[in-house]
Amino acid sequence: MHIIETKNLTKKFEKMTAVDNLNLQINEGEIFGLLGPNGAGKTTTLLMLVTLKPPTSGTATINGFDIVKQADKVRKSIGIVFQDPSSDEILTGYENLKLHGWLYDMPNDLLEDRIKEVLELVELTDRKNDRMKKYSGGMRRRLELARGLMHHPKILFLDEPTLGLDPQSREHIWKYIENLAKEKNMTIIITTHYMDEADKLCDRLAIIDKGKIVVLGSPTQLKKDLGGDIIRLKAKTLDIDVLKNLPYVKNISPCDGEVCLTLEDASTHLQEILKLVGKIDSVEIRSPTLDDVFLHYTGRAMLEGSPEGSWAEKMMNASEKT
Amino acid sequence: MSELKGIYALWYREMKVFLRERSRVISSIINPLLWLLIIGGGLGSAVSFEGYNVMTFIFPGVLIQTALFSSVFFGVYIVWDKKIDFMKEVLVAPMRRTSLFVGKIIGGSTDTLLQILILFTIGIIFSLSGIMPGLQLTVFSVAVSLVFLLITTVGLVSIGLIIGSQMESPEGFQLIISFVIFPLFFLSGSLFPITNLPKWLAPFIFVNPVTYAVDGIRGVLIGKFQFSLLFDFALVSLFALVMILIGTYAFKKMKI
Repeated sequence: MHIIETKNLTKKFEKMTAVDNLNLQINEGEIFGLLGPNGAGKTTTLLMLVTLKPPTSGTATINGFDIVKQADKVRKSIGIVFQDPSSDEILTGYENLKLHGWLYDMPNDLLEDRIKEVLELVELTDRKNDRMKKYSGGMRRRLELARGLMHHPKILFLDEPTLGLDPQSREHIWKYIENLAKEKNMTIIITTHYMDEADKLCDRLAIIDKGKIVVLGSPTQLKKDLGGDIIRLKAKTLDIDVLKNLPYVKNISPCDGEVCLTLEDASTHLQEILKLVGKIDSVEIRSPTLDDVFLHYTGRAMLEGSPEGSWAEKMMNASEKT
Repeated sequence: MSELKGIYALWYREMKVFLRERSRVISSIINPLLWLLIIGGGLGSAVSFEGYNVMTFIFPGVLIQTALFSSVFFGVYIVWDKKIDFMKEVLVAPMRRTSLFVGKIIGGSTDTLLQILILFTIGIIFSLSGIMPGLQLTVFSVAVSLVFLLITTVGLVSIGLIIGSQMESPEGFQLIISFVIFPLFFLSGSLFPITNLPKWLAPFIFVNPVTYAVDGIRGVLIGKFQFSLLFDFALVSLFALVMILIGTYAFKKMKI
């Protein structure tokens, strides 16, 4: 039995379909990623799975419980770290954690132990008695992460867990997430638009675009499926047709005004290819990344940036909140 | 057990916030005090209400005013909780929506009652020092007043929470509650006797549940009942009960 199973899970808003007949099976103990660009439907999927938004049609089971009919039991099995701040900034970090423990009915001595443990993990022990108002964005994020982990849920949902964190903190958090999955056999669902994060952490991932699964598999498999290496060519005029006849070139696709070739063993064939295409401005050989996987299946590059809206929108939201 | 712990958690949070946001407490006490001193003292220098000192007469009304403003306004915090994602954190916890509502009511009512107690104490000092003559301070009258204030507060906090649960923005909330608070306050007989009301005004006052809270408290504190203690008590309790029921429903239907 799968620990999470969705059946034609769909969420429609007035005019658009945010999640479109999603069918997923997630195994116990795996780290599963939902990867996709802004507005792909990742967060909406998550909010349905954690019972905060009802699906328009279709359903899902979590830990064997139906997300609509047995929402109470689902909530007992899960933990979640939201994308936006969800702690009370008038309270201290420690108080926010304590509040969480009470809401999840943790016994008091266990609660104190866990608070200590998670505070050390996110390196906020010396700031625990400061009001959250005084925390920086990254510190706040770390505290909320600590909070989500605190009650050791069977299934943990992380919505963009390392958004806005510095590289060192990200590494830290990744290591901890991996340990949790391994040691506690916790199932972890991550949404992210960071390719490196998905690549590093996930046992399997689903690339989502416009509410649908584009492709699903392990990061290694997905990259391997593209077949070999990638040569990226830049030139003013480029004769692609001659390349199409080469037996070892598996795929030719335009990327950002340039051309990307997928082929096995790029270094041995490079010379021949260069000879055929004539004068070029630059060339690059590399192994495929998840970016290439995304590009391959959707025909578009995945835009980096903030996951929800532009920077200006973020600022406006922030000022509304204060 | 777990539900109680959740309710306690929510109450704990409200208390921490309440004690840390002192400006809120101070303004909510200064405001009624100004009404009491300026309207009561000013008006009282010229007239008296049915033989009573105006300040003394409106003191029960001013207590209710504190309850009204502080409790209904408390609903704004639920709008804030929705704006930051704190509400999601609470809603995703394994706790019933009803418990969330109960926790909020207890939190909001404690806030309000603490403010009322401060004001009541000031009133007692005024009374003992002779600024506000004619207040009948006995254990019974004070206890009954506090019971009335508690029940009214629970009903009023519920109103604030009901409105808050349906609103998206704090600005919208403030707009709506000013349409709720001011009629409830001015049409309650807080500031004037309701014995010889003009015919067109009387119905508005008699359908206002706050009227009966004011009458009950005024009855025990200065001995002037328009209705009767039991009648007032029954209506105020009914009001609170209905609001709790509506609130429970509103919280179940609340979207985030």
